[in-house]
Amino acid sequence: MIKFLFSGLLRDKHRSLIPFLVTSTGVLLTVVFHAWLTGIINNSIEFNAKYSTGHVKIMTRAYALNLSQTPNDLAILDTDTLMDILPAMFPELNFAERIYFGGIVDVPDYRGETRAQGPAMGIGIDLLSDGSPEIERLNLLPSLKEGKLPAKRNEVLLSRKFAAKLELTPGDTLTLVSTTMFGEFTLHNFILSGTVEFGTTALDRGTIIADLQDAREALNMNNAAGEILGFLKTNTYDDDKATIISQKFNSRYFSEDDEFSLVMKKLPELNNLAFAVEYSGKIKGILVAVFITAMSLILWNAGLLGGLRRYGEFGMRLAIGEGKSHVYGTMMIESLIIGFFGSFAGTAIGLLIALYLQNKGLDLGFMMKNASIMMPGVFRAQITPSTWYIGFIPGFVSAQIGTMLAGMGIYKRQTSQLFKELEA
Amino acid sequence: MKKIFFLFLVTGLSPLLFGQYPDGKDILRKIDNNMISENRYYESSMIIHGRRTSLTFKLKTWTAGETKSFTEYLFPVREQGTKMLKLDDQLWIYSPSADRIIQIAGHMLRQSVMGSDLSYEDLMEDSKLSDQYDAKVTGEEVVDGRKCWIVELTAFVPEIAYHGKKLWVDQERNIPLREELFAKSGTLLKRTQLSDVRRINERWYPGKILFKDMLKEGQGTELIIDEIRFNIPVPDHIFSKASLKK
Repeated sequence: MIKFLFSGLLRDKHRSLIPFLVTSTGVLLTVVFHAWLTGIINNSIEFNAKYSTGHVKIMTRAYALNLSQTPNDLAILDTDTLMDILPAMFPELNFAERIYFGGIVDVPDYRGETRAQGPAMGIGIDLLSDGSPEIERLNLLPSLKEGKLPAKRNEVLLSRKFAAKLELTPGDTLTLVSTTMFGEFTLHNFILSGTVEFGTTALDRGTIIADLQDAREALNMNNAAGEILGFLKTNTYDDDKATIISQKFNSRYFSEDDEFSLVMKKLPELNNLAFAVEYSGKIKGILVAVFITAMSLILWNAGLLGGLRRYGEFGMRLAIGEGKSHVYGTMMIESLIIGFFGSFAGTAIGLLIALYLQNKGLDLGFMMKNASIMMPGVFRAQITPSTWYIGFIPGFVSAQIGTMLAGMGIYKRQTSQLFKELEA
Repeated sequence: MKKIFFLFLVTGLSPLLFGQYPDGKDILRKIDNNMISENRYYESSMIIHGRRTSLTFKLKTWTAGETKSFTEYLFPVREQGTKMLKLDDQLWIYSPSADRIIQIAGHMLRQSVMGSDLSYEDLMEDSKLSDQYDAKVTGEEVVDGRKCWIVELTAFVPEIAYHGKKLWVDQERNIPLREELFAKSGTLLKRTQLSDVRRINERWYPGKILFKDMLKEGQGTELIIDEIRFNIPVPDHIFSKASLKK
């Protein structure tokens, strides 16, 4: 019978085409929308984690209170000892010391006098250790536009636009003018090894990336770091795990009476990311609920229109003795077939579009110029395991619900009236 | 009764009738005469009391008039050889570790000098008070056992670091013992306390100055004058950019 119904659907395009198109379009939109939203939220969370917050961040309590100013005079001291303890205490995390600093990059002319100057935002990371994960974490190699990554002491990277503004090319000397951990004025010479572009305004405006030891030397921060970032080894933020870890850390190190005691903060507590983490968890539920409701209404409507068009056919079938349940049943089987193929086609096309958006992305950097949270300039979709079924199941279910609602009219037909209707 | 009322009236109105308080501008001129010299050389220790630690710097400074000044850092080792040159309204810093001379300009002038409670702008300001401020004596008070005039200053020149000042000026020695420095909005920006006042030749000069930036945490910065000499011959070549790298 299924073969018979299938042939009917193929031969009578009016019966199948519109429900098929409605189902597949709805599924396609859901798949793309899910991948897009998941991509934006997860990219933003991970982008912030890698460049700024980590999945958890350790600071002194005083530093945390003035975090936006990156006050290195309140930095963590004796980080060597702490970096020995932390991996044993939290084996599920990788830790990285970072120094964020402000200053001015000053470019000398041939007489050694100032030729150009610009305000800089600096990051001191481990660049020179063998197999340092920071290079991959900060996506430095793919972001490299000119020159090479620092290979020896006192080599730095500058954001491409910043270097162009200062008319610097790899190999040139520049001087960082800044203040040390103790507030002393400091001048430190670096050699530009390469330029980078991250595709985000916050990082591409005036960034200087130095090796951690060089930053320590320039800023008189021997065995100190502004922040220690912790990254879950799964590479994905997990709020439950982060909560347990931060509670364990803070119960050991945090003290209300000592402003230089250590505090661990979770990613949602930093850079206004709480809403993103919360929304990320709810996105699937919201999408499924909206999709099923909207699609059921549309398919109900399409079913009603189809029912009106097939009013005579159903009357004839009932008149020649076919049971109402059988007619209803065949409608449901037809909708199962349409729902399956519509959802399949929608999922397939949706995944292809999502894959394109995942690989190519959309450059929305111009909208992010004044964003308070750090966002990537190029937004990319993200295909996750749930993207494969997020549209399929609701598409299939809503096709059935729509047909169920529309087909209920069959049971209202009076057999005694059918011949009169046919005569008319 | 009439006599008592007359006496009360005379004593109550006497500051208005007989000008009990001296002219503010006169006091400023006396301060300028006492504090400003043709040139001077001094060695000092700057102790910065931060939130965590205290840092001591040792420096020697030459000044000539109101426009030229040259400072060399002697201690700590990290800062040894760092030099600062001020010529008119320009300031340069030389760092031996980077072997670079950098001009401090614009907003950088408002930054702290070596993490202290002093800004570069403070260092630049060495002009006579009477050339920059109008003054009014508003009262008297005893500070550190010395009778002082309270003098309120309002700047009449634009482009000045502090629009208003309140000074507690020693009535006999013509030296401020306490200062409060205000922004145009009236916000208190800094407080200074001058103590250990010594007679050097015919001048009274503080041996210790405590600066406190009111917008910054910490216990302030002490400047201790270890040695000071006035009106000594200072060779002109000291106040040149070439001397920074020497």
